[in-house]
Amino acid sequence: MKKVLSVVLTGALAASFVMSACAAETIKIGGIGPTTGPAAIYGSNVKNAMEIAVEEVNAEGGDIQFELEFEDDQHDPEVSVNAYNHLKDWGMQILGGTVTTNPCLAVGAEAVSDNMLLLTPSASSQDVIDTGDNIFQVCFTDPNQGIASADYISNQELGTKIGVIYNSSDPYSTGILSNFLAEAAEVGLDVLDPQAFTDDNSTDLTTQVQACKDGGADLIFLPIYYTPASQILKAADDMNYDVKFFGVDGMDGILSLEGFDTSLAEGVMLLTPFVATATDDATVAFVKAYADKTGGDIPNQFAADGYDVVKALYKACTEAGVTEDMSPSDICEALKEVMTSDDFSYDGLTGSDMTWDASGAVSKAPHGLIIENGEYQPMD
Amino acid sequence: MQFLSYLVRGISLGSVYALIALGYTMVYGIAKMLNFAHGDVIMVGGYMVFFTFCKNQVPPVLAVLFAMCVCTLLGITIEKIAYKPLRGAPKLAVLITAIGVSYFLQNSAMLLWKSDPKSFTSIVSFDGVTLFDGNLQISGETIVTILVSVVIMIALMLFVKKTKPGRAMQAVSEDRGAALLMGINVNGVISMTFAIGSALAAIAGALLLSSYPTLTPTTGAMPGIKAFVAAVFGGIGSLPGAFIGGILLGVIENLSKAYISTQLADAIVFLVLIIVLLVKPTGLLGKKTTVKV
Repeated sequence: MKKVLSVVLTGALAASFVMSACAAETIKIGGIGPTTGPAAIYGSNVKNAMEIAVEEVNAEGGDIQFELEFEDDQHDPEVSVNAYNHLKDWGMQILGGTVTTNPCLAVGAEAVSDNMLLLTPSASSQDVIDTGDNIFQVCFTDPNQGIASADYISNQELGTKIGVIYNSSDPYSTGILSNFLAEAAEVGLDVLDPQAFTDDNSTDLTTQVQACKDGGADLIFLPIYYTPASQILKAADDMNYDVKFFGVDGMDGILSLEGFDTSLAEGVMLLTPFVATATDDATVAFVKAYADKTGGDIPNQFAADGYDVVKALYKACTEAGVTEDMSPSDICEALKEVMTSDDFSYDGLTGSDMTWDASGAVSKAPHGLIIENGEYQPMD
Repeated sequence: MQFLSYLVRGISLGSVYALIALGYTMVYGIAKMLNFAHGDVIMVGGYMVFFTFCKNQVPPVLAVLFAMCVCTLLGITIEKIAYKPLRGAPKLAVLITAIGVSYFLQNSAMLLWKSDPKSFTSIVSFDGVTLFDGNLQISGETIVTILVSVVIMIALMLFVKKTKPGRAMQAVSEDRGAALLMGINVNGVISMTFAIGSALAAIAGALLLSSYPTLTPTTGAMPGIKAFVAAVFGGIGSLPGAFIGGILLGVIENLSKAYISTQLADAIVFLVLIIVLLVKPTGLLGKKTTVKV
């Protein structure tokens, strides 16, 4: 009897070895971003897109399968760190987040001490990648956005006198602003004194708009998120101030703000790496998959960033030969080596031939967009 | 001309502060407590108008009336459940409860209506006026806000001075114990105060959001605190004081934004408050109370 039992057990053991050798490696990916709160549009877009990308990866049936768990952080650093710890308890091996800058700075510090690879879709501050060498971005850094905006405005001759309204309590906004101002001086743009507001004093933004009007600005640069931007658009409309607006990627989302009169946003320009109306195969397929999943929503740039996070990680994991029993730190070391190597590049929705340097910054080129008839259209 | 338009905008913001401050000051005058949840009642009023008027095209007057009813009920309920049982308790306990109610309202709103921002459509449909060859623009919202707050302030003062319930309120405010002995229903008077204050909050919410259209569950918090400052500034407990305090606060805030620094505006507002309180601790129109020994 004992003999029979031991044979059976040995057989079972052998079978289990065979099984595990056949099965694909399942890597646990965590995602963190605001799916509620003032920046909810960013987080929910990233979440949906990451889910779509994971489904696609798993449907391919390659050696690597992904399992995704996405947590809400309400764009709050403390909540974000809690979400991070929660995901670590779940067994997260790679973090594809966080979506917004301030939480990402808090979570980044944790990820550095755990040596967890962090690939953020859209936290664009330079400080984010400066936190540690295990932190990478899919989006541009803020300096890049500020410089690109100044160059774009100057090259296309969009304005002669530039007003600026920014959020002095948000590193995202001040980061873009300082580089915009430096580059604007370089290319000879006439920029008025920047007008500031803070998170606590953002109820009334009419004075700032009035100051731009009195200064004679014919273009206002808005390195801010879409919620205060919507107030500024209304304020300018109320005072019959005919002016052009130029935003950065935080402006993406203004058309989906509930209750917002989108006619106010007509003619608003923004620099962003992704256009949902583009006609290349990858974008068309993604926009369709996104609409199917959400019941008709159009993905914004954040969604495309989120999609690229998963697909870039998939490519890097495959090339690095990551296995499911590796610790987050070992995975991090392996991925770092692959992603920063010269021959690694990834063609994604937000840019082709994306490459990363050791600082964690990405290299790719932005497009200019303009809002026409309530839709984003390519500017060129 | 620039100065005038900054001034008008300041008065407009100030009249919203004044409307909110009237509610603060009334409750303080009668119940002798700081109702920190007042700002959040404004937020609830804002959501009510948003769902009726902005989403379902209910006529604006009806929408505001509906919001006033909801807020009145809410105000009375808060008073009955959270504050009345604490009437004999130390002041600090009531204060902490008020802060608790404020958080409760904000978080319930987040659960009920989600925290993503909503953009509010103005309830004022006429365009406003343009003066001095288009150099000075006064929006319809500004005119309505200023008029409404003046009318409400005058109506409240008449109510308090001339009517029986108003005089009962004055009596409770002066000496609660004596008022009780004279046969005044003190609990009823306090409930009525909360009802009026909350109804005003609904109007303030609708006007605040018509001018500054971002609606989130924390919309009422900062204007609430500013209005509290305005009430203290003008002398808490005094109706005209709250009104003047509110207007001054809005004007100071806007002018310092325009001429000193957009970043330092809040710092300047609170600095002025500190100076006023150092010079005149009871506020601009506050009554000096002598404590008898």
